[in-house]
Amino acid sequence: MSESSSVMRQPYNPSASREPANLGDILERVLDRGIVIAGDIRVNLLDIELLTIKLRLIIASVDTAREMGIDWWEHDPWLSGKSETLQEENRSLRRRLAALEEAQPSALESRDSPPDVAASVLESHDSRKRPTEAGERDE
Amino acid sequence: MSDVGTYLYAVAMERDSAATQGLTGVAGRAVQAIPHAGLVAYVSAVPLTEFGEEPLRQSLEDLDWLGETARAHHRVVAAVAAKAPIAPVRLVTIYNDEAQVRTLLERRHEAFMEVLAQIADRQEWGVKVYVPPPDDRPAQESAAGGGPGAAYLKKRQAGLHNREEAWRRAIARAELIHKTLESLAEASHLHRPQDPQLSGREDWMVLNGAYLVDEERGQEFGQVVERLRGEGVDLELTGPWAPYSFTTSVEAGAEGEQDDRR
Repeated sequence: MSESSSVMRQPYNPSASREPANLGDILERVLDRGIVIAGDIRVNLLDIELLTIKLRLIIASVDTAREMGIDWWEHDPWLSGKSETLQEENRSLRRRLAALEEAQPSALESRDSPPDVAASVLESHDSRKRPTEAGERDE
Repeated sequence: MSDVGTYLYAVAMERDSAATQGLTGVAGRAVQAIPHAGLVAYVSAVPLTEFGEEPLRQSLEDLDWLGETARAHHRVVAAVAAKAPIAPVRLVTIYNDEAQVRTLLERRHEAFMEVLAQIADRQEWGVKVYVPPPDDRPAQESAAGGGPGAAYLKKRQAGLHNREEAWRRAIARAELIHKTLESLAEASHLHRPQDPQLSGREDWMVLNGAYLVDEERGQEFGQVVERLRGEGVDLELTGPWAPYSFTTSVEAGAEGEQDDRR
């Protein structure tokens, strides 16, 4: 064992662009993987809500995904609490959109992009983009 | 009740027991080996003022503290993994005392042995796949009549469409890469793609995989990663890692003792 072990940890092929581990690499392993031992323990990570960390670790991927209409994260149990809220928000926005369309179909059609309307309405929650977009709308 | 807890980093077979002199763990504490029942546990004595449940609740939300602690944990795991196969334990696993850790090694002996056998002579490699996001500038400026609003929406739509297309292509490529790497590995695990703030790259991360590879195939694995690079796709190799991603549960070997503190 010891013979192979000493070989095994030498960085072979240094020319390969092997990157040093970043904090994300370490966190996703030490927080999310590694042996979990249940019971008979003083404290373990499972006892502790880690909502902030987990959200911070993935939040930008969520933004990107949402922008591209990908929703795998909605089914992530880590986020299920949060996703309930988002899904509810989504449903409520769609209801409001349907009501709007019923009330003034012509106004919406003139925007010339039915499939994108839902997306742009949903994006209205992204406050950073709001002022510009509203400013560019037809009256 | 003592005000010191026993922080557990990793477990290995006793015959592989590594020296821990000079090794510093979380909170700057020395690392000790506890050999027992054919296994060895690597631990530090930690103050419960910092590592009790309540203080941890606060400090784990502090990214600086977390980063420092995670790195210290990782440093110990990596140091002992350099000597022999080890099963890394998840961050922040704390026992009342060393006696409790010995009990653990006795009780879960079989489960630990099973895990250790699975990872012996294998190492974990991380592979991330990046693609640059498509250019967001619209292909043609005007063309559409109907006022600035409609033109804006058209542009936006085209931009979204480009992104979707590029994303689909990138995902397909990532799946192929994953299949190739998987075929060289004993096991694989897909981590969630990282936020650009963590990866430090603006590129889309479309694959964040971990692969458990036989030591003797490590070099081949690295070469394959090299070959898969190109055509606008970048692969980043990290490792070898202690097999974090492939040692997740010893609770299967638990004796059904419920946590009854509450």
